[in-house]
Amino acid sequence: MAAATTSEVNNKILKEQKEIRRENLLTNSRLMIGFLGFVFIVLCAVLIPMFSSVDPNEMEISARLTPPSLHHIFGTDEFGRDLFIRVLYGARVSLCVSSLVAVLSAIIGTIIGIYASFFKLLDHILMRICDGLIAIPGMLLAIALMAAFGNTSWTVVVALTIVYTPSVARMVRASALVTKEQTFVEAAKVQGASNVRILCKLIFPSVISPLIVQASFIFAQSIIAEASLSFLGAGIPAPAASWGNILQASKTVLTKAPWTAVFPGIIVILCVLCLNLLGDGLRDYLDPHMIGRRKSK
Amino acid sequence: MKNVENQSQVLLEIKDLRVLFQGRKKLLPAVDGVNLSIRQGEIVGVVGESGSGKSVMSQTILRLREHESEVQYEGSILFDGQDILKLPLASMSKIRGNQISVIFQDPLTSLNPVYTVGNQMSEVLMLHKKMSKQEAREKSIELLNLTGIPSPERCIKQYPFELSGGMQQRVMIAMALACEPKLLIADEPTTALDVTIQEQILDLIVELNKKLGMSVLFITHDLSAMAQLCHSVRVMYLGQIVEEAATAELFACPSHPYTRGLLSCIPRLDTDREEELPVIPGVVPPLTDVPVGCHFCTRCTLADEKCREEEPPVTEVTPGHKVKCWKYGQTEKEKEAVQ
Amino acid sequence: MPSYILKRILSLIPVFFVMSVVIFLVVYLIPGGPAASLLGMEASQDQINALNTELGFNRPFLVQYGDWVMNVLRGDWGTSYLLKQPVLQAIGEHFAPTMSLAVCAEIFTLIFSIPFGILAAYKHGTTVDTVTVSVSMVGVAIPGFLLSMFLMLLFGVTLKWLPVAGYAAMSEGFGQHLRYLLLPAISLGVAQAAYITRMTRSSMMDVLYMGYIRTARAKGVRESAVVFKHMLKNAAPTILTAIGQSFGGLITGTIVTETLFNIPGLGMLIISSINQRDVFVIQGVVLFVTLVYVLVNLVVDLTYGLVDPRIQMGKK
Repeated sequence: MAAATTSEVNNKILKEQKEIRRENLLTNSRLMIGFLGFVFIVLCAVLIPMFSSVDPNEMEISARLTPPSLHHIFGTDEFGRDLFIRVLYGARVSLCVSSLVAVLSAIIGTIIGIYASFFKLLDHILMRICDGLIAIPGMLLAIALMAAFGNTSWTVVVALTIVYTPSVARMVRASALVTKEQTFVEAAKVQGASNVRILCKLIFPSVISPLIVQASFIFAQSIIAEASLSFLGAGIPAPAASWGNILQASKTVLTKAPWTAVFPGIIVILCVLCLNLLGDGLRDYLDPHMIGRRKSK
Repeated sequence: MKNVENQSQVLLEIKDLRVLFQGRKKLLPAVDGVNLSIRQGEIVGVVGESGSGKSVMSQTILRLREHESEVQYEGSILFDGQDILKLPLASMSKIRGNQISVIFQDPLTSLNPVYTVGNQMSEVLMLHKKMSKQEAREKSIELLNLTGIPSPERCIKQYPFELSGGMQQRVMIAMALACEPKLLIADEPTTALDVTIQEQILDLIVELNKKLGMSVLFITHDLSAMAQLCHSVRVMYLGQIVEEAATAELFACPSHPYTRGLLSCIPRLDTDREEELPVIPGVVPPLTDVPVGCHFCTRCTLADEKCREEEPPVTEVTPGHKVKCWKYGQTEKEKEAVQ
Repeated sequence: MPSYILKRILSLIPVFFVMSVVIFLVVYLIPGGPAASLLGMEASQDQINALNTELGFNRPFLVQYGDWVMNVLRGDWGTSYLLKQPVLQAIGEHFAPTMSLAVCAEIFTLIFSIPFGILAAYKHGTTVDTVTVSVSMVGVAIPGFLLSMFLMLLFGVTLKWLPVAGYAAMSEGFGQHLRYLLLPAISLGVAQAAYITRMTRSSMMDVLYMGYIRTARAKGVRESAVVFKHMLKNAAPTILTAIGQSFGGLITGTIVTETLFNIPGLGMLIISSINQRDVFVIQGVVLFVTLVYVLVNLVVDLTYGLVDPRIQMGKK
């Protein structure tokens, strides 16, 4: 009579797993730190310029290259522009560009990857194209594309999307192919489920979590890439405040006014760091194997 | 074959062994107060479902678990007069593979995929017997011959994945025997193999036991393999030995409800086809949820209040046959009522 | 093994094809044709058309592409408008500093990343591991040019230990050569080292609990041999791949580093070409660097086959 039935025990295990999941989410310090840090940066970039009357492009010749003070928290640049507000406006530009790159390459990559996993011939062609694109070092391809199409924010988005899409496509294709081999997909096929149904109900969900993780890494990567491109003069054109532009401007006055590089630089690093932490944390959290692994530890 | 070895010396003696893993909230006892001794030349079987702690116990003899997770021990394991649990971990390498060897369940994952069979076999010989490369090679061929591998010269040049499962397990056995160990721990050596190959491997173990006189600790969940091979048997459930007896005795008069359950699950040719095979209800509870009192009480049809509250003592049924159960020693009448 | 090498080399053919099309398109798709780019804003439409015709850019796509491929194979990579010299020659002149820088950075990378990656995996969960993972986390997050600027400020400007910028060729003495390369190499190597440390750690973690590791210990193999013989060789393919892939990041990283430290390498060449809209040089450098990258990865893949017998036999 006291014998626990299998379903009882299963329920218990499921409940425990749920609890572990919830606990993992809260104790997953990477995920929490990354998420909160990133949200904080985004909120600052959105809100502070809305309530501040300081114009990021207003030049105050008398206040050129003033070190950080209460009035100018990050100091001013060589045109006397307030660096703090410029970094915030720069965040808007850089984050917009990078998030667009992440979203676009995730969407296009998923479409290509899923198509490739379904049609054999197409798979060969698409994957060879991806191989060829991946063979060209990413930044170099971006620089070449920028050189060809000219410097605008939109070309940065297009160039970086071209750079990152192939790796997304490959990842999606690989996990879609793995899922397709699974018994539950076979079972659905035997039951007469249509390709579309299998794709939407079974394959796409299995691709989602690695996709989110990779998108967060691409987001972080594109922040670095945009900054590097703008820094080289092959990115977002000059008067606009982007993180790369602010840092490029600091290059010439580096020895005289190190703060012009240090503060914006630290913000860029923190932002990338938060996104990487977020990606790492998400990967740990979304990986179903982690539940078992944590438990056995 | 059964009681021949009774007079020989005790080789390994496990006393009150507890192995505790660090769980999420508390220490989890994977092995919970095990007493077990193995005589020279004896084949001792340990049987139990997965999760019964039999593999952990066998790996504790070589202290292999310490490398993989946080482990705490209580009790002692005496081997050749010294307590293995008190040795510094570094000096374990003199015992491992030399005096005590193991064969694991899955031969393919147990062999290193990037080294040849010869390389992996020579490694043991060069390490413990200080052989030269050439000597080790010759000895390896000899050992592979002993385990019945058809063309050992070719085999030592091959990589594990080029061999069949049976051949891989033979290589594992040959490797385990390389330094003529006093004790061979066979941790479910046949589970991953085909039925015909299983038979061959079991025969090989018996043959080597007779030829070399080494003791064997045979771990399995396969009762028929157990019957075929072992001099005596321990039945494990949730980290405890619930019954121990000579093999024939155990099969003839199983005394613990769990043992009876296990034995009744074996299909027989003479049973009625229409009749459903009995099963033990429920599943082994997880280590986080070990019941108070008798560990088996959650699945035992005989369990009462006492079983759920107090741990049962070990009672001797006949000399050498022990059982850990409150219900043992009930009147015959009650027993019949149960069956 | 020979069939594996052949297979691997044959698989490069489509890669080369796609890559060459993309690199060709970069010039072909320039709005108004390459001449518009070369001649700049002031040029009239007639001048642009004349130059496009002279350069053969008014011909059909396939003809142009075929012509370009043939020329590239023959060693004619076009002529630099700015430098008035063949592109290949310009690349040759700028290659040595980039090569030196890349090698130094790679050495720095490997010295730090592999040992720390192994250590962190082996001691995972301990302070050593936490510190290694945190440091590599930050290392991956720092853009190369920022690190360059910070290191310049610290070691060049404040401490004055090393030259702030500049380059000394090998002919000026090896010591001097290294002195100038040290800062750029470190600032280039940190991100790579961080990445490879993470990859080494995770690939070692993957083999840490494998059955054969348990077997090795059960045989009595000492811990040092367990780690370096049994674990490392199994983890090596992933680590090698990571090194090969990170080489792409390394070599593009030189572009930024060179412009900052004033090193007259390929990076300087491509950046000045972008500013001067010298499209053939841009195309040539991209093609050249890509070829180097593909070759490096080919070599990596071939060593991969040496390490893992399953690859040679085509079982994986």
